[in-house]
Amino acid sequence: MPEPAASTSRTPAVEVRRLSTRFGDSRVHEDIDLTVYRGEVFALAGGNGCGKSTLLREIIMLQKPTAGTVRLLGTDVASIDVDGRDALLRRCGVMFQYGALFSSLTVAENVSSPLREHTRLGRKLIREIAEIKIALVGLPPDSSGKYPSELSGGMRKRAAMARAIALDPEILFLDEPSAGLDPVGAGGIDDLILHLRGLLGLTIFMVTHDLDSLWHVTDRVAILGDGRILGVGTMEELSRVENPLIHPYFHGPRGRAAREQSWKPE
Amino acid sequence: MIFPHPQSDPQIPDIRFENGNTLCVSGVWKLERLKELEKRLSAIRWPDGPELVLDASPIEAMDTAGAWLLLRTTDLLKRSGKSVEIHGLRPDFAELTNMVSASRAGWDRAEPRPVPGWLERIGRWTFDGIRGVSGALSFIGENTLVALRALAHPGRIRWPDLLSSLRTGGFNALPITGLLSFLMGIVIAYQAAAQLRTVGANIFIVDLIGISILREIAPLVTAIIVAGRSGSSYTAQIGTMKVTEEVDALRTLGISPLELLVLPKTFALIVALPLLTVYADMMGVLGGMIIARTQLDIRFLEFTTRFGDAVAVKHFLIGVGKAPVFAVIIALVGCYQGFQVQGGADAVGRHSTISVVQSIFLVIVTDAFFSIVFRWAGL
Repeated sequence: MPEPAASTSRTPAVEVRRLSTRFGDSRVHEDIDLTVYRGEVFALAGGNGCGKSTLLREIIMLQKPTAGTVRLLGTDVASIDVDGRDALLRRCGVMFQYGALFSSLTVAENVSSPLREHTRLGRKLIREIAEIKIALVGLPPDSSGKYPSELSGGMRKRAAMARAIALDPEILFLDEPSAGLDPVGAGGIDDLILHLRGLLGLTIFMVTHDLDSLWHVTDRVAILGDGRILGVGTMEELSRVENPLIHPYFHGPRGRAAREQSWKPE
Repeated sequence: MIFPHPQSDPQIPDIRFENGNTLCVSGVWKLERLKELEKRLSAIRWPDGPELVLDASPIEAMDTAGAWLLLRTTDLLKRSGKSVEIHGLRPDFAELTNMVSASRAGWDRAEPRPVPGWLERIGRWTFDGIRGVSGALSFIGENTLVALRALAHPGRIRWPDLLSSLRTGGFNALPITGLLSFLMGIVIAYQAAAQLRTVGANIFIVDLIGISILREIAPLVTAIIVAGRSGSSYTAQIGTMKVTEEVDALRTLGISPLELLVLPKTFALIVALPLLTVYADMMGVLGGMIIARTQLDIRFLEFTTRFGDAVAVKHFLIGVGKAPVFAVIIALVGCYQGFQVQGGADAVGRHSTISVVQSIFLVIVTDAFFSIVFRWAGL
């Protein structure tokens, strides 16, 4: 929800301090520090298998880091009990890479399921709120009675987004929101992300390696590689960093094209 | 509290009237407070005047759910013929309210999916039934062709898959099959012993146990266990592969899913089920022997001697001979249901259930059919 600009400016929503992850002998993260501020669209980029999704899973408490601390919305996630964890997760929305919609439920039922679980509102009110969320993500009314298997990839992502914002979260985590979509669909998801941020004042933390998304929607980007954060900043700032691991992001053919695209005439 | 906020204790929402027709709403209009708000709103006695002013300036926080409740309330009032004006809503909340109101456009007219009438339902049911039967028949036909081709060229058989199916479907089923058959032997012998003792026909327990176990009980118990163990796992495996498009991947690689998935399983069960039945025969008769010994004082040697005389070898052969037929039924039903899966996780579960129910049903029906045929043939 929109809040006065003064309070959103520099309050951290996610703080990661000296985080390390090891799977057996393989080292995934080494001493990672990361801060995401409220109200910003923050992206975690990096090549395949560099531990982006693992870091996301550690922030939303699906996985425990080997060392280090994670503070989510001001709470140290290692120190809370089960009830505190549930309460904290209710303030977060998560959209998984493949949507993870419940296949036995219709879109409307998928979106209402968090409302049914966590509130004691009447059925009619829950249905109406779910319909608002479905409309907000740009799905037509007739899609609410459909099952996930009847939807196209882009519509499934939108439905997953509607479920993620069902409880009006303060922060939205998106795992590869535009992966597997055609350019038009991916652009649509990008616009949707900006639209929702503008309307609901959400903090958005996304994992992506879609260069167009990185240029179009993000306020700040962290590039993960080699187990470390290679650089944090706006895309403009990052494009000036002389790091051989970051360089290809901006000066490869795709990187250049995405950047040129993002310069829209005023 | 339904929705605890660890950080801030949200302001209690309040709704009260000020000077007649002005309603003052305040507090936090968010999802976690919505139940409370809804209750308060429904308890309000609206004034009779046609005009109503909502002073929304004291609202401190609002989310989409809160905005909807506000809109919904004013909509209801407007529909009852009152004019409602909202004053003092903070600009960002006003924007939120406008957005929610815009998103609701078109939804009230959205019609639910039409429920088909009885004629359409009968038509669909018939059509689905016919298509199901023809699908099953073509599945059997295709498998027969694949099996014949594989028998003509044994090199085409996927031996590693066949052997691993033999282990999981056959060898791993030994303990449970043996135990259940042993217990069936004990149960039948117990019942029989009580009856036979009253007429002094103790020794006939050997005939009774031998024939019933060898001919009926052991093949049926084995087939039912294997249907529950292997049939359901075949459905779940193939069904999940269909959901994840692995079956389509096989087709595009030029590998016949029937040859890779169905044939090894079917052949493995055709080998495994008769062997399991023989094992179940032995364990069932052993159970009967123990009861004959403890209840009717028939020694093991006496039992086995009588067994050789009284129980013809045909009973054993009929029992074991039925097993490959049951094996084909279980494997084909399991695989067929797997290929019928469409959609997601719930379809896999549904078809696994159908698979077990259908294969046990068909096994028992076939067994009854065999009984009649053998009676006719005088066996």
